[in-house]
Amino acid sequence: MDLAKHWRLRHARYRLEGQRNRLTGEVRFPPAPPRPGEAEDVWEPYVLSGRGRVYSFSVVRQPPEGFEDQPPYLVALVRLDEGPMVTAQLTDCDLDQAAIDMPVEMVTRRLRDLGPTGLIVYGYKFRPIVQR
Amino acid sequence: MMKPERPVGIIGYGAYIPRFRIAAREIARIWDGAGGTPVDSKSVPGPDEDTITMSIEAARNALARARITPDRLSAVWVGSESPPYSVKPSGTLVAEALGATPWVSAADWEFACKAGSEALTAAMGMVGSGMAQYVLAIGADTAQGRPGDALEYTAAAGAAALLVGPAAEAVAVIEGTTSYVTDTPDFFRRADTTYPVHGHRFTGEPAYFNTLRSAAERLLHDLGAQPSDFTYAVFHQPNTRFPQTVARQLGFTPQQIAPGLLSPRIGNAYSAAALLGLCAILDVAKPGDRIFVATYGSGAGSDAYALRVTEALPERRERAPLTAAYLARETFVDYAVYAKWRGKLVME
Repeated sequence: MDLAKHWRLRHARYRLEGQRNRLTGEVRFPPAPPRPGEAEDVWEPYVLSGRGRVYSFSVVRQPPEGFEDQPPYLVALVRLDEGPMVTAQLTDCDLDQAAIDMPVEMVTRRLRDLGPTGLIVYGYKFRPIVQR
Repeated sequence: MMKPERPVGIIGYGAYIPRFRIAAREIARIWDGAGGTPVDSKSVPGPDEDTITMSIEAARNALARARITPDRLSAVWVGSESPPYSVKPSGTLVAEALGATPWVSAADWEFACKAGSEALTAAMGMVGSGMAQYVLAIGADTAQGRPGDALEYTAAAGAAALLVGPAAEAVAVIEGTTSYVTDTPDFFRRADTTYPVHGHRFTGEPAYFNTLRSAAERLLHDLGAQPSDFTYAVFHQPNTRFPQTVARQLGFTPQQIAPGLLSPRIGNAYSAAALLGLCAILDVAKPGDRIFVATYGSGAGSDAYALRVTEALPERRERAPLTAAYLARETFVDYAVYAKWRGKLVME
């Protein structure tokens, strides 16, 4: 059931928590262990703003296993304001509405339902920005 | 009337309404065809939404308005009758998504449509006693009605989050609350059944009207207040007519309830219904305005609250999307899409 895997990823998935380098200020996502030669604590947890722009996108009509009930759906590369690029679904977005450079914001949604004896997996998606 | 020794109030609030709607006449097209409908349309959660995801967004809006960091929350409480898991709290996941874990109390509250206000009253006690500085009380639901049942026209989805803290930091100070509860079987769902059962006309006078009026009249009496002392009022809204009727019975005017009456457009958002109405009122209220709130939960009970808006509200409300922004993004779906998304098609 991969319970441990889903549990380990919860901070990154639920709240887009990456890392920031204490020395250089560089922000990265997803979080990773220190590189060879780096101090153990040089990367600190850092919650990204969730704001970004669509770098590119595609419509998925032939879904991978586990996503059979979802097509057609949008998958995008999103360039986050802090710099990192993430791959994620677009939600609350019509297929003909998606566009390169479209401003988007992160929302936490259901990614997958692993069935009556499995977990509901939650994580980040992006949507067109709701007006403030 | 109950009120804590240490004055408390709402320091941040947040609404969430899914973008999808189904028109009541579309439901009538499938099932009935004749007669009036209890609302014009209702909100429908998207296929990747549930009580947890909606709670998270409403709560993020409340935190953004309050501008406090999530690690300062002492409790994250979710009131709902539609938790995604039967066993596994929604509150823990919401708290984790907000960044409030691990030093936080998290729990789920249950009381039909007033589960959210149960959490609000408890939050008043927690902050009012000094045990906590900030507590998040959320009402959220993705309600289900049996296909073709009267309930299907109204059972909707939404979330509202109220961040309770010291009165000195509040956008609206809570003057006091009453809670009126009896064992009244107007609506229930047995374990392991999909759809609830309701008592048809029994849900009206002995249940909704008597219960809500009792809580409201007691609060007005204990405050020494008249309905005319309030700028706005909001009541639990299972349809359009019930809140209009109870407002008239209590002596509130259509103008007082207009900004908070969302049910004609989004249906009955259950635990979020009255609290979303309160959010919509806070979106337009001015310092000094008084707001009257009465929730209702089948089973049955009502919590009534009186609030007074402070000078802090106008600036803070701009920090997150207004309820009107969520109301405005209306995407209508037909009954077939609605049936697929709401799990009404038997797949195996």
